Amino acid sequence: MKQMIFLLSLLSLSAFSQADFEKNLQKRLILAEDGATIEIEAGRFSLTKSLSLEGKKNITLRGKGMDKTILSFKGQIQGAEGIKVSNCENIVIEDMTTEDSKGDLIKTMQVKGITFRRVKTAWTGGPKSTNGSYGLYPVLCENVLIDSCIAIGASDAGIYVGQSKHIIVRNSAAYQNVAGIEIENSLYADVYNNKAIGNTGGILVFDLPDLVQKKGGHVRVHHNLVKDNNLANFAPKGNIVGNVPKGTAMMVLATSNVELFENQIINHATIGVAIISYFMTENEIKDKEYDPYPTTVAVHHNTFERKPRRVPMDSRFGKMYRFVLRFGRQVPAVVFDGILNPAKIGPDGKYPLHYSICVRENVNQSTAFLDAGNNFKGLKQGKDLFDCDFEYVKTTKF
Amino acid sequence: MRILCLLLLAFIGLVSADADYKENLSDYGFFKGTIKEQIPSDGVVLYTLNSPLFSDYASKLRFVKLPEGQSVSYNPDSVLQFPVGTAIVKTFYYPVDERNPKKGRRLMETRVLLHEAKGWVALPYIWNKEQTDAALEVAGGSDQVSWIDAAGKKQSFEYQVPNMNQCKGCHERSGEMTPIGPSVRQLNDGHQLQNWETAGLLRGLPKDHIPALVNYSNTSASLDDRVKAYLDINCAHCHNPTGPARSSGLYLTWDSKDRTAYGFFKAPVAAGRGSGNLSYDIVPGKPEQSILHYRMASRDPGVMMPELGRQLTHHEGVELVRSWIQSME
Repeated sequence: MKQMIFLLSLLSLSAFSQADFEKNLQKRLILAEDGATIEIEAGRFSLTKSLSLEGKKNITLRGKGMDKTILSFKGQIQGAEGIKVSNCENIVIEDMTTEDSKGDLIKTMQVKGITFRRVKTAWTGGPKSTNGSYGLYPVLCENVLIDSCIAIGASDAGIYVGQSKHIIVRNSAAYQNVAGIEIENSLYADVYNNKAIGNTGGILVFDLPDLVQKKGGHVRVHHNLVKDNNLANFAPKGNIVGNVPKGTAMMVLATSNVELFENQIINHATIGVAIISYFMTENEIKDKEYDPYPTTVAVHHNTFERKPRRVPMDSRFGKMYRFVLRFGRQVPAVVFDGILNPAKIGPDGKYPLHYSICVRENVNQSTAFLDAGNNFKGLKQGKDLFDCDFEYVKTTKF
Repeated sequence: MRILCLLLLAFIGLVSADADYKENLSDYGFFKGTIKEQIPSDGVVLYTLNSPLFSDYASKLRFVKLPEGQSVSYNPDSVLQFPVGTAIVKTFYYPVDERNPKKGRRLMETRVLLHEAKGWVALPYIWNKEQTDAALEVAGGSDQVSWIDAAGKKQSFEYQVPNMNQCKGCHERSGEMTPIGPSVRQLNDGHQLQNWETAGLLRGLPKDHIPALVNYSNTSASLDDRVKAYLDINCAHCHNPTGPARSSGLYLTWDSKDRTAYGFFKAPVAAGRGSGNLSYDIVPGKPEQSILHYRMASRDPGVMMPELGRQLTHHEGVELVRSWIQSME
């Protein structure tokens, strides 16, 4: 009997918590004192509105484990993200799964010290353009750590770090997103031991115009497994990642001081590594402070594997490869658009060593200089077109 | 049992943390007589804005109370810098029948903005069914509301009261909580500021060159001025260089000079499916190709703008922006 009562009270408790879970959790987030840990029990919970954490310090939001504590936003009626953290310091989000929000899943803005650990973000209905944009989305943050997370199905980027500083992304995995991992207009990022598999593009390092944090760079991408990123691009048009051709392992767009090394880059239909200026997007540049040229980039000690095949044509890049560059079935592992910043070239018309694009000592290395600035007239292909000493790539040690 | 005790403790914890702020709207004494009549007490001033924020067709009553004997100094550019101790009070309601005010109204919520020594705080109070008082609800809430609109049509939807954090989603500049509405350009209707000066609330009011926004509903004003006013109050509280949407690079402030930042042929940054498969925020002459128009018209939480404080589409606002974009070369 005693057991029975206990069971009944447990049942009523769980009914209570199902009904009031959302409001209670939001209330705990609002009223949390600095230093608090907010635990979320195991179970699947449906939420109808964005959860918001604002203006707090030293808060840990902790579930009972990935796939154990599941917050589903499938029935969301309000808010542009699942969880939003803004204007905070030292926030940890860990051990939970968030799913199916209408916009982004977890957005953190203007947070100094943000850690995501063992967090899964997923759109569960497969890759669709109606999925939200970003899974994990720190923007205008400092000291970002993304560790042992999983991101699935984002219609933009699964793991996206934008306009931030001092970033580590490690031990994480991105599947079936348009971009697996993207570092955008961000400084001092270390991206390692991750898996980017089955996305449209694996790992992207971008600098874009018209933003608050103008300049990114000092980015290291190493010891990652980047594989089979051949998914059809399902980003809504208008977004920069919509330009990424399917079959892209890595792309460096207009970012400087980037070092890509010791990655396994396997089975990509179109691009192994592309180093390109913003001009390749064919978008007009109106931002006068913006630097559209990638400089000081090193690609070394990576392993490339690709079976001979024709490049798929369903992108501007694919068409260019097929009809303009005519690479055929053997596509170079590393391509550089060859558009140089006139303010940085030496008397010989080339970059001095400290601005150079250096590619050496990769397994199965092949390279192409596209000469895109001259209508591809000076197109060159070879094993070692960019062989130079990469000691000038300066990246930050953490 | 232990769980129950813990829950109970947690619950008590919540209640006591709530108790830092007044539990009921009536506790402040902002109103005299029957509180639902919203008759301001002495020292509480009713004010209006030239171009108010759209909030799901709710009507609003706005009040400000400055600390005894204090005033605010004139500034032409930003929201007035009210002294510590100021309270700004805004009540959201729906008339039973917009065509006939005598049929009464339903008060939904009253938001109280308090200027404390540490900064502004925003507190949402939700009105009870009996309309005898409103209670603090930090986590916000929702309730079904229906009314007859000006065209005699019955309208109905689930009204959402934002939670305390979401208030700051809009009321923020450089991370600090701030009021949005009461700027000189919004208060300047030709006599309101002068009345404030006479009452000793405002100092330094110049005789002329006082900026003013038009009412965007005023069809005799120019399309440019109406749109400028509309985007300023409905968008620019976030979309400005120090606001919550600063990461987008889209700045819709009334005094914006940079056409790209104002959206002209500006590509989205992180709009995701909010782009609606369109390339630019504003394509002159082509509203149906402009993301601005698309997101204003949408009711999808992952697409619509503003992100908060709106469930319904503001048809008149969308039409205004549509015709403005259409009118451009």
